[in-house]
Amino acid sequence: MGTRHQKLERHSIAFTLVILCVASLGGLFEIAPLFTIENTVEKVDGMRPYTPLELAGRDIYVREGCYACHSQMIRTLKSDVDRYGHYSLAAESMYDHPHQWGSKRTGPDLARVGGKYSDAWHVAHLRSPREVVAGSVMPGYRFLSDQRLNTDILPASLRANQRVGVPYSAEQIEHASEDARWQADPEAGFEDVLTGRYGDKINIRDFDGQPTRVTEMDALVAYLQVLGTLVDFATLDAEDAAR
Amino acid sequence: MSRSDKIEGAVSALILICVFLLGVAILGWGRQAGYVLHGWLIAAAAACGLLYLLRLFSDPPRDIPLAYKDDVIKWGVLLCFVWGIVGFTVGDVLAWQLAVPSLNGDMGWSNFGRMRPVHTTAVLFGFAGNALIATSFYVVQRTSRARIASETAPWMVLGGYNLFVLLAVTGYPLGITQSREYAEPEWYADLILLFAWVSYLVLYLRTLARRAEPHIYVANWYFLAYIVVIAMLHTVNNLAVPVSIAYPKSYALFSGVQDAMTQWWYGHNAAGFLLTSGFLGMMYYFLPKAAGRPIYSYRLSIIGFWGITFLYLWVGSHHLHYTALPDWVQYLGMTMSVILLVPSWGTVFNGIFTLNGAWDKVRTDPAIRFMMVAVLFYGLTTFEGSFLAIRPVNTLSHYTDWTVGHVHAGALGWVAFLTFGAMYKMVPWIWHRDGVYSLRLEAWHFWLALSGTLIYVGAMWNSGITQALMWQTYDANGAFVFAFIDTVDAMRPYFFARAIGGFLYLLGACIGAYNIYRTVTGPRRAPLGTDERPLTLNAGE
Repeated sequence: MGTRHQKLERHSIAFTLVILCVASLGGLFEIAPLFTIENTVEKVDGMRPYTPLELAGRDIYVREGCYACHSQMIRTLKSDVDRYGHYSLAAESMYDHPHQWGSKRTGPDLARVGGKYSDAWHVAHLRSPREVVAGSVMPGYRFLSDQRLNTDILPASLRANQRVGVPYSAEQIEHASEDARWQADPEAGFEDVLTGRYGDKINIRDFDGQPTRVTEMDALVAYLQVLGTLVDFATLDAEDAAR
Repeated sequence: MSRSDKIEGAVSALILICVFLLGVAILGWGRQAGYVLHGWLIAAAAACGLLYLLRLFSDPPRDIPLAYKDDVIKWGVLLCFVWGIVGFTVGDVLAWQLAVPSLNGDMGWSNFGRMRPVHTTAVLFGFAGNALIATSFYVVQRTSRARIASETAPWMVLGGYNLFVLLAVTGYPLGITQSREYAEPEWYADLILLFAWVSYLVLYLRTLARRAEPHIYVANWYFLAYIVVIAMLHTVNNLAVPVSIAYPKSYALFSGVQDAMTQWWYGHNAAGFLLTSGFLGMMYYFLPKAAGRPIYSYRLSIIGFWGITFLYLWVGSHHLHYTALPDWVQYLGMTMSVILLVPSWGTVFNGIFTLNGAWDKVRTDPAIRFMMVAVLFYGLTTFEGSFLAIRPVNTLSHYTDWTVGHVHAGALGWVAFLTFGAMYKMVPWIWHRDGVYSLRLEAWHFWLALSGTLIYVGAMWNSGITQALMWQTYDANGAFVFAFIDTVDAMRPYFFARAIGGFLYLLGACIGAYNIYRTVTGPRRAPLGTDERPLTLNAGE
């Protein structure tokens, strides 16, 4: 070992190249196969890309750094499954760029929070957490109710998502801005258009309790309410879920 | 001016022009206040760099002195302390926010979620990164007996790097983030870091090429590994498609399970190569130098180095136990994590035994005490890391404060202790002072830092294990005994303890900064000895 290594120690470029080779192996063996092995992401019914309003809500979730305290990954442990529901499948985050699995539960897991509470509960809780859950250490997000949602950016957001592999159609991209506004406005009467574009599992409601405008609160609640609700577990074959 | 200087100047100018245009594009097309502000910052920084280059070209310095280039290191030390104090302060504010939630203020910018990456980035990249850049510039010159290979590139590296950190920490409160742990900065900041980092590698290799010693010293192996691997990790993990030039927002190239694996391959190796390899480079120079003893074992150095360089990149998946990541990757990550203990502890022994024959100095010299305790914390943290990577253990630690305690045992106990120890040695050396201003204050810093760390880490062990056990407690009927909020309530005393421990640590760091400041402004020492100069300016002379 001694003499050969002593030779290597005298050549900085060779030394650097050897470091690069040795250090690349881990990634090549562990990450590269994940893109090619078919059963990494199981086939499930029901998964669809986020609607523009949900995507806008997800962008707010990302902007606020919610991952610092909330995971979105229910582990296969009994205590996780009993508390939060069916363990998370790889397919459930297949359209998440980036993933928000998180690494810390200062607050509870949110992977299946969709449908668990009413919109009004979410709005009240986000605005003032301790008035809803005594003892909570969560910050208040009152300002989300006041901020108008920027829907102008949404066509570009959907297009960027399409470029990284989310199957948005040209039609979905083109109408992204108005789709977002319509989803938060049941009075507008575009249910058929929206379900035509995004399927039956789309919540068309005034999420934030302010019918006259579309706020960031609308978007965030729309996102929270869809989390974990898309996969049809009734039809999911146990065989498919087993890895 | 030599030919290589001209080539370098041209390349530097080209990079700066690109960065300038990026800044102008952002400030021109940007439609979000914070983003436009970043455009101005980028353009201004690049313009300053261009003016500096222009001045250098129109009036080239007559001859470069036969001395080590230490001015850039001095700025690195200053930035290291500034970011350190910022990072520790924000960290302690966050700790108080968890103990007393009304301190969040409920304004957008002051929330825990936005401030937490300010803390992690300021400490990991601002404090630790600048400490590494400064000490690596010091070490590569001394161990090569050569002046650093360029007059401009060190400034490009330090300036570009700190521009990146500044963009990062000012962006988060304004909502500019990718929310990918430890890789939060958006695409334009990532590009600037890439430029700075590649210049760093080129500069390092060029300086090594000038060395008057035939062998590359072990500290430089580690610095090389840290520079090369961080370049690889940063590039792959930050692949993303921006929405448009008008907004800072981008979407990651990978999604879901592949993204999670890539992210933790990166995330764990930010710890592996920034906080481990880089700091081992620091240890392998400053510990033997301060103790006046040679490295204990050359063979252990080789085993430790290649073991760490090979194994670290495999272990990221232990952050994803029991998740939707395929099981084989989880088991592979767990296995490699356990094996990683061998080179880690080999290195610990190598460091500790280097003190053989100099143990009396641990008592009399607080700087050596800092470094010795750092190596012990490195041993503790790597053992704990391998332990937490074991799947059943991970069911307890994952998602809880135990992980936070583990990271802080490494960051406070290893990274920062070693940095302080090395700084207390290097600052008098580069400013040519007889010694540190006050050994008493240095000792105060040591004891405050040690008690702060122990309180912090102890509190997090307790809170983490308590919370995990509460999450898993069933009654006789198979129902949960504790609602989630009960487990949050149980954390309160530990949150307070953590905030107090963090405050002690911060207090120590402020004393340290004051001590360094007084050292720098204190009286100068007699003229340089010959061993404080490089042997040659250029290779082959």
